[in-house]
Amino acid sequence: MFDTALTTADFIFLAKGAGMTIVVTAISVLIGTVLGVIFGVLRYQLGPIWAAPLIFVLDICRSIPLLIQLVLTNAFLGTILRLNLSGFTVACIVLSMYTAAYCAEIVRGGIEAVPATTRRAARSLGMTWGQDMREIVLPLATRIALPSWIGLALGVMKDSALVYVVQVTELLKSTQILITRLQEPMLLLLICGAFYFVISFPLARFGGYLEKRWSND
Amino acid sequence: MIEIEHVRKSFGQLEVLKGIDLTVEKGEVVTIIGGSGSGKSTLLTCINGLEPIDSGRILIDGTEVHAKSTDLNKLRRKVGIVFQQWNAFPHLTVLDNVTLAPRKVLGMSRAEAEEIAERQLTHVGLGDKLKTFPGRLSGGQQQRMAIARALAMSPEYMLFDEVTSALDPQLVGEVLDTLKMLAQEGMTMICVTHEMSFARDVSNRVAFFHQGVMAEIGSPEQIFGDPQNPETRKFLSSTRQ
Repeated sequence: MFDTALTTADFIFLAKGAGMTIVVTAISVLIGTVLGVIFGVLRYQLGPIWAAPLIFVLDICRSIPLLIQLVLTNAFLGTILRLNLSGFTVACIVLSMYTAAYCAEIVRGGIEAVPATTRRAARSLGMTWGQDMREIVLPLATRIALPSWIGLALGVMKDSALVYVVQVTELLKSTQILITRLQEPMLLLLICGAFYFVISFPLARFGGYLEKRWSND
Repeated sequence: MIEIEHVRKSFGQLEVLKGIDLTVEKGEVVTIIGGSGSGKSTLLTCINGLEPIDSGRILIDGTEVHAKSTDLNKLRRKVGIVFQQWNAFPHLTVLDNVTLAPRKVLGMSRAEAEEIAERQLTHVGLGDKLKTFPGRLSGGQQQRMAIARALAMSPEYMLFDEVTSALDPQLVGEVLDTLKMLAQEGMTMICVTHEMSFARDVSNRVAFFHQGVMAEIGSPEQIFGDPQNPETRKFLSSTRQ
């Protein structure tokens, strides 16, 4: 049906790119979420004044385009601090902070959505602040924040295409390399898009599954 | 024994408690009645240490609630409180709602806590709802669950803050019956309520609050039969309609 110069080796090359996208995304979302929860709780607990420095840093991570953050961070860490970091490490650092910045806001919103009266009930039973956080606030906030968090994770996955600027060959970069060589942009972009879909779909479904499971409350 | 001495408390400009003195003995049931904004609910949250006070002191078995050295989390094991809004933990089953504090605060094993929780839930008539999530329960059932949740900590004192005010009229009875049962079992209770017949039937003493002051306190017979304070009379005649 198709007349294409795409070989199995090329397809494997694309799959490796997809693998890189998954790895960079997984690491960044994992670290970014852990940091995001910590930052989000701090931001909520400290209040707007004490958390101001943190808010400032997170605002920077959210408002400067990711592409610029990647280039500048790479230059800063490599040229100025003379750290010999791989492009992969730089990509994970920048994407993690980017994820953390958005995640912190999601977490804060989730915590604020837990009714103060519910928390008061927990404290009135003799639970400490930490117990209230662990047993009541975070589980409830997770349920509230989940849809936004899934959206964030999917967004980071697609934004990870930008890490090619620090010499990480992920899915989109792999596709571009093949396009340059084979001159078949439509087919290759179609395959690339299909890869992205295959990666995103399980995450979106997993989110749907959790929402359904939690809907009994 | 709960001793409340000259307690004052303001929210900003508004003074809600203007020097309250009240002593509640072990085994006693005291109900507090009064119009909204009279400070009754605030007093309960102060007794539990959920709200700070401006001056005066509150002693529970000799421990000063608002002293810096007091471990409030420890003190609250002794003093259960149930609120107008029942505040179920919506992500936990009825059973887990009740076992959470005994397990986390008292360090009980799950089996131990579940045994107590089942007993308390059966006690308030929810023995068949253990695995249900609170969202599936009626308001009255959720409120009874909240009572069981407080009782599972084996408190020596129970504070009830208008526990029937947010309920549909047909659900009020089941919750009041639960409170009466507790009173008969000898639980020391302070109940803020708008249910005058409940106050009359259950209490050893009834206190009438008016604008942050305890205007009158006495036996239910005296308060309802022969109120001395003109404000009490006014309040009671307005509630009878």
